[in-house]
Amino acid sequence: MNGASGWQILLWVALPYLALGVFVVGHVWRWRYDQFGWTSRSTQLQERRLLKWGSPVFHYGTFAAIGGHVIGVLIPESWTRAIGIPEDVYRWFSAGAGTLAAAAIIVGVVILAGRRLLVPRVRATTSPVDYVALILLLVIIVTGIVPTLFVNLLGHGYDYRVSVAPWFRGLFSGSPSVTAIATAPVVYQVHAACAWLIWAVWPFSRLVHAWSAPLWYLWRPYIVYRRRVAARPAEPGTSGRRWRRIGVPY
Amino acid sequence: MRVMAQVAMVMNLDKCIGCHTCSVTCKQTWTNRPGTEYVYFNNVETKPGTGYPRRYSDQEQWKGGWTLDRKGRLQLKSGSRLKRLLSIFYNPDLPSIDDYGDPWTYDYQTLIQAPPGTLTPSAHSVSALTGRDMKVTWGSNWDDDLAGGPDHTAADPDLAGLGDHVKLAYEQAFMFYLPRICEHCLNPSCVASCPSGAMYKREEDGIVLVDQDRCRGWRFCVSGCPYKKVYFNHRTGKAEKCTLCFPRIEAGQPTICSETCVGRLRYLGLVLYDADKVLSAAATPDERDLYRAQLSVLLDPGDPEVAAEAARQGIPADWLEAARRSPAYALIARHRVALPFHPEYRTLPMVWYIPPLSPVADTVAAATPDGRAPEDQVFAAIEALRIPAEYLASLFTAGDPAPVRRVLRTLTAVRTLMRAGQLGLDVPDGLAESAGATEADLEDLYRLLAVAKYDERYVIPPAHAEDAGRLAAQHEQLFCSQPGGVDSFHPPGGRQRFRDDDGRLHLDLSPRSGS
Repeated sequence: MNGASGWQILLWVALPYLALGVFVVGHVWRWRYDQFGWTSRSTQLQERRLLKWGSPVFHYGTFAAIGGHVIGVLIPESWTRAIGIPEDVYRWFSAGAGTLAAAAIIVGVVILAGRRLLVPRVRATTSPVDYVALILLLVIIVTGIVPTLFVNLLGHGYDYRVSVAPWFRGLFSGSPSVTAIATAPVVYQVHAACAWLIWAVWPFSRLVHAWSAPLWYLWRPYIVYRRRVAARPAEPGTSGRRWRRIGVPY
Repeated sequence: MRVMAQVAMVMNLDKCIGCHTCSVTCKQTWTNRPGTEYVYFNNVETKPGTGYPRRYSDQEQWKGGWTLDRKGRLQLKSGSRLKRLLSIFYNPDLPSIDDYGDPWTYDYQTLIQAPPGTLTPSAHSVSALTGRDMKVTWGSNWDDDLAGGPDHTAADPDLAGLGDHVKLAYEQAFMFYLPRICEHCLNPSCVASCPSGAMYKREEDGIVLVDQDRCRGWRFCVSGCPYKKVYFNHRTGKAEKCTLCFPRIEAGQPTICSETCVGRLRYLGLVLYDADKVLSAAATPDERDLYRAQLSVLLDPGDPEVAAEAARQGIPADWLEAARRSPAYALIARHRVALPFHPEYRTLPMVWYIPPLSPVADTVAAATPDGRAPEDQVFAAIEALRIPAEYLASLFTAGDPAPVRRVLRTLTAVRTLMRAGQLGLDVPDGLAESAGATEADLEDLYRLLAVAKYDERYVIPPAHAEDAGRLAAQHEQLFCSQPGGVDSFHPPGGRQRFRDDDGRLHLDLSPRSGS
């Protein structure tokens, strides 16, 4: 950490840990007090024509991008080299698969964001935190796609696995190399900083629905029976969001 | 044999006048909140008609309910579990709000705040979804009382395949009203469709509910329910459905729709059923056998073996007694005049309907019964009823008109018997036998359909909630306890307040002992 300025420490050490803290504490809070608000908040009822294409394309593209980040950021370069994958091969795989994912996400997010902003029925359901999350997502997507397309695919390539990735893994081993990320191109820096920000926004937005991916559905019995049990009354003031009265805004 | 109890409802369609009181009181009780403007846990439809949402009963379009796969196994009509999970980002079978009708209100402020003048102000229709002005083009009961005529009525999916039997020409038209709530099915496809496991059927009384804290808004319950009685709250992003007014049922009271029904056409009571037989009944190969299969699942509460087994499995004695007195069981299984709604969806629905008798269409045939056997004189009219038995069969027996005809005969026999009694006429020979019943049965049925008072129409045993108070007390103890403060046992005179066994707080007024 020697030689790092205060700003750099703030951005590349304090921000990530703060965001992680908010992420963890925020989720605990949300789960305890606002399971009623914990939903995917679908707007298919209001609008289905655009959603039909936008939503699946965006989500499946996002899965591909998440997979790519696991490979590129969590797995050290030495590991892939150890199983005999040279940097060159990795780069072209990353550029190719990354471009496919990027194309899907771009198409998806353009449809979805356009739908959210321009279709009045959908726009009416959008809360302020949705706008924050959406703007962060757009910045992350643009700054993620620009290097994929213009550096890795069309340009001469940039090996983020020697700068961004070690810093990221260092955060979890307690020794983040600030200089590594601080010397990376700005577009990677914006991407990383906004990504941490969105972790901090995550528990308070509809993004929480990601943790409720219902894979368990594949194995559970079809019909669910429950015994009628007397519910414990909520602790005063902690019952969270409930049905609103008429005239109360979102 | 696994004995389970189910609160079942029977509606006598002969008595429904389509006043919508049930819908109004239900709405006032449950869904007068933002996000549920378009939600009707109870609605009343005109049949023939498209229903609410539009054409909901066409499962080739909406893929609700169950079907049999190639090997004859029960499968959700919308496909496999994996298919549903993969289409979670866009549910291809979900109705849009326009199929229900964009919910609207009016801008009444323009009426109130209009300046004095000669022009009469008018209130715009305003969408509840966006708050903007809108043009109203569709809504619930848009085709009420056959409004819109053949244009709308012909779109009724239940009319499909009836062809020439059904005339929509005005002078031959027929209609009746169909009040609908959630069916609280024995084999609920909404529960099976819910990826989160938020929907469940209660073991004690069979009421199907959505756990609002566990629903994640994946919206497969809406498309999975063939009756479209699960709705998506567009404000909370969660599913909501008819609750069978469970807080009232638990207190031994009828649902609000039953309580306020001016025609007194609803009956509520327990039926006992064998949960082990549900799956095989729902998987009956021929859908025309489903009505009989559904009846075979029900258990006779008067059978000592059933009663003993039920008691052994923990069904309380007062519930067993209520099951024996149940008007629902009497109408469904003893007299067999109530039929399930769309049994072909294979959900084993538990809201049953007594089909309506209707005016005789062919007046000539009914007026000249000469040359017929006596019983034919009575029943000749059944074939000439204005509402074709085939149409009723497409609603209640998966297209098999035989059970519908039998029910209509029974109802006609009741009327004939009572008419004879009132006017001092001779009862036609073999009247009761021709309806497959005895005269005592018919009189019992008459009493149930025409005379039954409040406590005969609603036989609802209260829930056994003995533990609820204890839990609340324990809760308060957890959060209110302080040193020397509230406690859950009688203090020996040391503390000022104490909690009694009934869970309530008392002040200790006994004189203090010691110092």
